Amino acid sequence: MIQIICTLVLFLLILFPVGNYIYHISAGKKTWADPLFDRVDNVIFKSLRIDRSPMSWKQYALHLLLVNACLVAAGYLILRLQSVLFLNPNQIGNMEESLSFNTIISFMTNTNLQHYSGESGLTYFSQMAVIIMMMFTSAASGYAACVAMVRGLLGQRMGNFYEDFTRITTRFLIPAALLVGLFLVWQGVPQTLASNITVTTLEGKFQNLARGPIAALESIKHLGTNGGGFLGANSSTPLENPTILTNLAELYSMMILPAACVVTFGRMAYDTLRQRKAANTKISLSQTDSARGKGMGKEGRTIFLVMSLLFLLGLGLCFWSESQGNFAVENSGIVQPAGNMEGKEVRFGIAQSSLFTTVTTSFTTGTVNNMHDTLTPMGGLVPLLHMMLNVVFGGAGVGLMNMLVYVIIAVFICGLMIGRTPEYLNKKIEGREMKLAALCLIIHPLLILGFSALAVACQSGLEGITNPGFHGLTQVLYEFSSSAANNGSGFEGLADNTLFWNVTTGMAMFFGRYISIVLQLGIAGSLMKKGCVSTSAGTLRTDTPTFAVVLVVVVYLFAALTFLPALALGPIAEALTLGI
Amino acid sequence: MKKNRMTLVRAFGFSLAMIGLCGFVYPLILTGAAQVLFPFQANGSLIEVQGKPIASALVGQDFTDERLFHGRPSAYRYNTYTAEEAAAGSGGGLASGSQNYAPSNPALTERIEKDVERFLAENPTVKRQEIPSDLVTASGSGLDPHISVEAARVQVDRIVANTGLSRTEVETLIDEAVEEKVLGIFGETKVNVVRLNLALARRLGMI
Repeated sequence: MIQIICTLVLFLLILFPVGNYIYHISAGKKTWADPLFDRVDNVIFKSLRIDRSPMSWKQYALHLLLVNACLVAAGYLILRLQSVLFLNPNQIGNMEESLSFNTIISFMTNTNLQHYSGESGLTYFSQMAVIIMMMFTSAASGYAACVAMVRGLLGQRMGNFYEDFTRITTRFLIPAALLVGLFLVWQGVPQTLASNITVTTLEGKFQNLARGPIAALESIKHLGTNGGGFLGANSSTPLENPTILTNLAELYSMMILPAACVVTFGRMAYDTLRQRKAANTKISLSQTDSARGKGMGKEGRTIFLVMSLLFLLGLGLCFWSESQGNFAVENSGIVQPAGNMEGKEVRFGIAQSSLFTTVTTSFTTGTVNNMHDTLTPMGGLVPLLHMMLNVVFGGAGVGLMNMLVYVIIAVFICGLMIGRTPEYLNKKIEGREMKLAALCLIIHPLLILGFSALAVACQSGLEGITNPGFHGLTQVLYEFSSSAANNGSGFEGLADNTLFWNVTTGMAMFFGRYISIVLQLGIAGSLMKKGCVSTSAGTLRTDTPTFAVVLVVVVYLFAALTFLPALALGPIAEALTLGI
Repeated sequence: MKKNRMTLVRAFGFSLAMIGLCGFVYPLILTGAAQVLFPFQANGSLIEVQGKPIASALVGQDFTDERLFHGRPSAYRYNTYTAEEAAAGSGGGLASGSQNYAPSNPALTERIEKDVERFLAENPTVKRQEIPSDLVTASGSGLDPHISVEAARVQVDRIVANTGLSRTEVETLIDEAVEEKVLGIFGETKVNVVRLNLALARRLGMI
């Protein structure tokens, strides 16, 4: 318990300096590192003759999709031809079509659902040129879309996709990945291009040991909230996550960008509102005002509080449930003071495991340091629920975008209840925005429940289920929630490397990512064009604790309306039958 | 039309530049730095005896010798296999993970029961309720090198009986191998079975 609290408090300490840096990158402000990075960026833009002028939301979305499409094409080719390309010391064959399709969509959409095992499925070349590369580019795409949406909401010009993409990659992702990577190597994560190795053990047996450029993948896997492991068992393996220090580094890496996006949003909103106010009242901006914006501004704080509250509620439930122990172990007459250790590592125990589980599904990374399939029923409900909500911080950028959609819905609902015109950040919310927001909200449950229904209705779907009873349905729900939320963790028991599962989850990932991004940019584009209404006594304030509570209720209400029946048949029924 | 083509060409060129930067430049710089600064860790933390690698300090092994400490059950037997199995063509794979049995799965109860009975047969002085739970639950990776301190202590009787070492000698070995929490807060108190067994084997003259 103390361990979890200390871990989270430490995170807050590093969040503000990093959030501040990301805000400077996003808002195009000066940082101390500019002289170096401006040069790097100029080389890229000049040599490719890329236009750096601002785009409309349609152009922005188009260029995002185009670049993603090019990367997908190149990546697919590499996977299909990997056996004959270089850097293949472990003699790995080409990847089969449906698995390649699934893998390439999975990594481009920042999902990192893996239906292959890295040890036997990918060459070092593919790990680097496809997996690591997409871990950077998918995170940068998500972040770019998020910054563009925030600018739109604030009534600024949307910016240039290439500019945003490059700035976050060269100024944050690559330097941070190098630092974290070196730290991981120091703690024991391998980073080599040499082949796997077989050793003769103390007892005269043989043991095969995996190696490779693991640390390089490991650092960006978390920084970009990607989550796909170099090895099959992901961050639970001692080669990817050998010590408690690497565990903390990986936790913080995956929390930092989504949380920093909220800080960035808050500061940008604060700046804009302050400028508007100054323009209206013709008062010069005072120093005290600028000091107040140093944190994350009031609008940012509301969102941060709501996300934190949702996060802590989930974490509490997961930790409590895991410390109750495993039903089957208890049945065998074994005492479990350490809680449910099935599928967990001794070096992490219950505390770090339940924390990692909640973080990985809240921040939609999808990396695991313990096996989610073997969690207790209520412990497993938490990651499932957080992926269904998809707004508890969320992946790099897109989590904030989803939350802003919920904010719009909450503003609208409040407006109906008290009879005021719904407004957010001085912009009127009208029919067009509401239609787009409602569409955004419907797509996620539609993908999860629709595909789950399909899977349990046909034989090829049912064949994937490996645990009997209610837990089988949970496996199916989890797989599609993970896909649609672009999370990528799994109830790994599911036998999912089949044509059915590769194609259906591939589609869920694709639609879950791109439809939402385009719709959300659409909302921002529509709000951007509107004039500002000035704040009056009749304005519903969105920076108060009351509004934060309303937002939490709205999020849970929508989840309950859409997902409760499915959850009742899965984890809740399992928990009840086991008598918890 | 020409403008559209230029857009596509730029997007493609930009993608190639990103593949080069993120897929090659970055991992190769890190490989170089890692090999220069931390060559031992970067190559898999291999422990060598007489010039030959015998284990990785990070990865558990499937110890079955009755003189040594045993680790946790593993779905993949820690990728360990015997010479006979290698000759017969089984074993020799490379994988990681667990069996993913849900708490409600009867197969889990069955597996635990089997492991409990085997443990009781190997350690006749130990009672069922004294077995630490980490010894009968499989780790997530199937490669967990650690066990709890209690899990090491509960095997002392067997090791004393099979090796002829005194109880204090074995207990001292365990005490020396205990890894504490970082700053007394983070992580768990634990024992690395691979390192502990190497120390024990040195004492026994096995290596």
